[in-house]
Amino acid sequence: MTDFLQLFFSGMATGSIYALAALGFTLLWQASGTINFAQGEFVMLPAFAMVGLIAAGAPLPLAFVLTVVLAIGVLGWAFKRGVVDPLFRHGMMPIVVATIGLSIALSNGVRAGYSAEAHPFAGMFPDRIFNIAGVTITLADCGTLAFALLLVLATQSFLARTVTGRAMQAVAQNTESATVLGINVPRMIFYTFAINAALACAAALLVTPVYLAKFDMGVSLGTKAFFAAVIGGFNNSRGALLGGVIVGVGENLAAAYVSPQYKDAVALALFMVVILFKPQGLLGRKEERKV
Amino acid sequence: MNKRNVVLAFLALAALLVAPHFLKSYGLYLLTYWLVFILATMGLNLTVGYAGQKSLGHAAFFGIGAYTVAIMMKAGLSFWLGLPAAALLCFLVGLALGFPALRVQTIYLAFATLGFNTAAWLVMRNEEWLTGGTFGINNIARPSLFGMSLDGSLAYYHFTLGMTIIFAALLWGLLRSPWGKAFTALRDNPIRAESLGVDIRGYTLLSFAIGAAYAGIAGALFASLVQFIDPAPFTVGSSIMMYLMVVVGGPGYFLGPVLGAAVGVVLPEWLRFAQAWYLFVFGTAVVLLMIWLPDGLLSIPDRLRARREAREASAARSAAAARHGGNA
Repeated sequence: MTDFLQLFFSGMATGSIYALAALGFTLLWQASGTINFAQGEFVMLPAFAMVGLIAAGAPLPLAFVLTVVLAIGVLGWAFKRGVVDPLFRHGMMPIVVATIGLSIALSNGVRAGYSAEAHPFAGMFPDRIFNIAGVTITLADCGTLAFALLLVLATQSFLARTVTGRAMQAVAQNTESATVLGINVPRMIFYTFAINAALACAAALLVTPVYLAKFDMGVSLGTKAFFAAVIGGFNNSRGALLGGVIVGVGENLAAAYVSPQYKDAVALALFMVVILFKPQGLLGRKEERKV
Repeated sequence: MNKRNVVLAFLALAALLVAPHFLKSYGLYLLTYWLVFILATMGLNLTVGYAGQKSLGHAAFFGIGAYTVAIMMKAGLSFWLGLPAAALLCFLVGLALGFPALRVQTIYLAFATLGFNTAAWLVMRNEEWLTGGTFGINNIARPSLFGMSLDGSLAYYHFTLGMTIIFAALLWGLLRSPWGKAFTALRDNPIRAESLGVDIRGYTLLSFAIGAAYAGIAGALFASLVQFIDPAPFTVGSSIMMYLMVVVGGPGYFLGPVLGAAVGVVLPEWLRFAQAWYLFVFGTAVVLLMIWLPDGLLSIPDRLRARREAREASAARSAAAARHGGNA
């Protein structure tokens, strides 16, 4: 039982990181119909930015803040302007293909231009272990879980409670009515891209101490973020959190009790079950199709 | 097919038959490699370009084909038994995978196939008793045909060329049959196709499974070509590359895969020493291509024609307007 609780808890910590990436995913989808295949690389680039800044002598908090600013410019503004805006009128698939191309370009650009090695990255939580009723918990897991949860909840309440957040939701639900109501639609969409970039930086900050900064770290992360988003419900921001945690916990338990070699197939298995029985996701609403 | 195309086809065939005599063994290997990937991506072009499904797990089927043949040949069975087994297995797996994934939006198939590819790769890597794990399977024999050994690289090249042409012709026939028309109908407007009585679910599933079977056949040829297989060529990355090959060449253009396979596998294989930079350029090029030429490289002639026609039409209009103006 203690083993189980331990696995469950560390799975939740990993899952909350997936949830951060998944949340960005669903926000982009809701606001602009963009499915970002480069989502994993959007986590990988900030990881390298932080590695580079720390190597240049910046302390971790400063490196993180600079990376967030940089990411909002590059992964938010430039990505929207350069890739999504010109392709928007062609529908969803060209954007998907372009982001696939982007992910190949980004990961190989880092591999060729910076390094093909894995770079260690010191986390923001010191190595400490707690022992509660026989259950061993690391401070890193606690901190990761708390930080990720805080971010997800902050994003949620920003969307639900502030005027800007509600305007963003209005844009996501119905762009035309939002325009009629005087909402600056392009700006709201940009905010979504900016939030996605910032969430990706936070995911990088939390995941890199475990995964190490490597050019191909984004591949599995991006896929799992998508699976988590679908499992939870693609059109529901809370679903991303649920989906992420389910995938993280499921992986950890399967690795311990079923087979460690097939850990990476867990997300797929869960995804297949969900789309078979509840295609709109656990918390999602059903969408009618339009002719 | 008009007369010009027939002449071009014969010229291309002649070039493909003559070229090997000017190539060293590595060149011949690359050429055969190209043909194998043309065959694989032709199947994917059916799924992606004609039926409009997004499949990102083609390399898994390619790998299943390769491993099926390798394992069967290691067990002493003939290549000629392995090849149809590979195609059939891929077809069936394609049906089983496509069935749940096609229930929902097309983009789900993309991720289901992506995840399936990961799972297939894990099986190839982990099940050592079956696939040899990371050590792979080596010394895969080449088949013989009517008593002729295809061991030599030139003989195997001719064999692969023949197979590619046969399966390309089959695909050509399929696309011109009522089935093929149904595939395109459901790509262009699935709801309309359904209202016209096309069983969308059945046809999408079929296009996906046939595409998978083509990958299986190509994989079988691949196993005998390289004679050593390990899980490395069958990763998610390879699948994504195959998808991009179709998109870059021109989805829905019959010869799109020919061009796509050249830029997607043959060039990077040849430029192996600078692979990361090549892929960086390739990825960037894909983004730019989507912005300027979303229908792929082979749409350039159509684009030019459309532009010329538009220009001619506007010239004719202004000439007519000028004439009317003169009369009035």
